[in-house]
Amino acid sequence: MAITVAAPGLEPIEAPTPSGRRRTYTEDQVPLGKLIVRMLAGLIVLLVFILPYTIMFFGSVKTKAQIRSVDPTYFPTEWHWENYLNMWSTPETPLVQNLISTIVISVFATLLVLLVAMPAAYYTARFAFPGRMVFLFLVIVTQMLQPAVLTSGLFRQFVALDLIDTWAAMIFINAAFNLSFAVWIMHSFFAGVPKEVDEAAQIDGAGRLAVLFRINLPLVWPGIVTAIVFTFVACWNEFAASLVILSTAGNQPLSVALTKFVGQYETSWHYVFGVSIVAIIPVVVLFMLIEKRLVGGLTAGSVK
Amino acid sequence: MSRSRPGGAEPRTGRPRQGWRDTVAALPWIGPALILIFGVVLFPAVVMFVNSTRDISISGVDKGSVGLDNYVEVFSFPYFWPIFVRTIVWVVVVVAATVVISLGLAQILNKAFPGRRIVRLAVIIPWAASVVMTTMVVYYGLEPYFGIINTFLVDVGLVDTPEGYGWTRNPDTAFAWSIVVAVFVSLPFTTYTILAGLQTVPGEVLEAAKMDGAGPARTYFGVVLPQLRSALAVAVLINIINVFNSLPILKVMTGSIPGYDADTIMTLIFKYIQNQHKVDVASALSVVAFVIVIVIVAVYVRVVKPMKEI
Repeated sequence: MAITVAAPGLEPIEAPTPSGRRRTYTEDQVPLGKLIVRMLAGLIVLLVFILPYTIMFFGSVKTKAQIRSVDPTYFPTEWHWENYLNMWSTPETPLVQNLISTIVISVFATLLVLLVAMPAAYYTARFAFPGRMVFLFLVIVTQMLQPAVLTSGLFRQFVALDLIDTWAAMIFINAAFNLSFAVWIMHSFFAGVPKEVDEAAQIDGAGRLAVLFRINLPLVWPGIVTAIVFTFVACWNEFAASLVILSTAGNQPLSVALTKFVGQYETSWHYVFGVSIVAIIPVVVLFMLIEKRLVGGLTAGSVK
Repeated sequence: MSRSRPGGAEPRTGRPRQGWRDTVAALPWIGPALILIFGVVLFPAVVMFVNSTRDISISGVDKGSVGLDNYVEVFSFPYFWPIFVRTIVWVVVVVAATVVISLGLAQILNKAFPGRRIVRLAVIIPWAASVVMTTMVVYYGLEPYFGIINTFLVDVGLVDTPEGYGWTRNPDTAFAWSIVVAVFVSLPFTTYTILAGLQTVPGEVLEAAKMDGAGPARTYFGVVLPQLRSALAVAVLINIINVFNSLPILKVMTGSIPGYDADTIMTLIFKYIQNQHKVDVASALSVVAFVIVIVIVAVYVRVVKPMKEI
C-alpha cells in the first residue's frame, strides 16, 4: 500500500512504496502457450525454493532410526508429530532456554531500534541543521559494517563492561547494527510526507511530539512496519556475534545452539529440523506480510 | 527547540542560516542513535585496532604493546595466502552466480501468470529463514548413506556409492557446496532488488523497441539491462559486503574439517578467537579484513557510483 499523501509533482514510480502492481510489460493479451511456459517456469522456481524446507519438514516427523537409516525414504512413511514435543528436552542443548533467548534478544533489540531510529529518522527528514549530512553519512557507514568483522573488538569491549555473556550485550549489538537500515527506510518515508502537513498542525498548536505521533505516524506506518520486521528478522537469525559473546549454553539463541548438533557422533537431525521449522515459520510469515514493500520500498533512497 | 524551522528533505543549497543552536536542538532526536553508533559500532572498532598491537594473554590480560607482531603472525601464517585467495574466490563466485541467476529469476517473476504471487512468496523463504538452519539441512542432506541429497544423487546415477564423496568431509567439496548454499540464500534479496529496478523500465521504451523490430534478446540486452544499472550496482555492493562477512555457512559446512583448507578470512578470525583464544591476533586479522572491505567498497563506489543521490 502506498503512502496516501504524495508530494506534489512526485511520480508514483518514485514514491517510497510503489504498489505491488506493475504497470509495464504485461498489459497486452498473453497467448495461452506462453502462459503455460511461464507457469511451468514459475512452478520449477517454487519447488527449488521450498525444497530445503520441505526436506526439513519431512525430516522433522521421522524417527531417529528413520532419518539415520542407510536406506532413507524421501517421504515420511509415518508421521511422528510427538517429535515436536519431545525435541525440547534433547540433551545436546537447553532448547527451551535457547528459544526464550532468541525471543528476548530479538524483541528488546527491535524495541530499542524503534525507540532510537524513529526520532532520528523523523528529525533528519524534516529539519535542516548543521551536521545533518554528517549524521546521515555516519548511518551509511555503519550499514557497511557487520558484527562479524568487529567481533574481537566487541568481545573485548563487553568483557571490560562486564556484560560479556549477557542478553543485554546482544540486545545492544543487534540494535546498533540494525539501526542504520531502520533509520534509512524510515527517513525515506518521513521525507515523503509534505512538510505543509506538519506546518499546518503546528499552526494549530500541536507540539513536536504530537506532530510526530498523531500526524506523521498514521502516514508512514508502512515504513515503520517494514523497519520493524527487517530488524526483528535480522536479530532472530543473528549468528556471528552471539557465537562469541554468549558462552553459556542457556544464554545462546537457537542459531548458535543448533550448530552444536553438527559433527556429533549421532546427531538427532529430526529434532534439529523440528526446532528449525518452529523457528523459521514466524519470521517467514512476517516477511511475507511486507512482501509488497520488498519490491521498491526496500531500496527506496538508493535505487532511483 | 523552537528555533529550527521545518525544512524539506532536500539538502540546503545555500549557506545554512542556522547555527550550532540548531545542532543542539537536534540532539534529543538524534542523540540516542549517535550513542548507539559510537558506543557499539565505532568504539569497538577502535578497541579492535588498539588490541591488534597488544599482547593479550589467553585469559584476556593485556600484557602491553608488541608493535606489529600480531600482523607479522597473521601474514607469516603459512595458510594465510591460500585463505586470502579462497576468500576472493568465495566473494567473486558467489556474487557473480547470484547476480546472473537473479537476473533470470527476476525475468520470470516479472511476467504475469496465474500463481505468480505464490512463487514470489516462496522465493522470500531463504531470505527470512536462518542461514544456519538452511545450511544445516544441506549438511544433513550430504551425509554419507543417510543424507537425502546424497541418496538422490546416487538414485539418479550421478554418484556411484551411497558413501558419496564424503561431501562434507573433504575441504574442496564442502567449500563448493558452501558456495551453492551462499548463492541460494543470496538470491531472494538480489532478485527483489532487480524486480524493483524492472519497475522503473518505462513501458513506452519497451513498446518503442518492439516497434523498431527488436527481438526479445535485443530488447533485454539493449534496453532493459542498461535500465537496471543502478539496481544491479546496489545489489552487487550489498552482496559483496554480506558474502565477505558471511560466517554461518562455512562454519556449519566446513567447521568440523581439521586444518585450514576450506577457510576464508572470516572463519579464520573466529578460529583465532574460539579455538586458540588469541584475541590479539584475531584483532589484527580483523583489521586486515576491515581494510579489505573498505578498499573493495571504496573502489567499487568510485568506479560504479551506485549511490549518486545520497
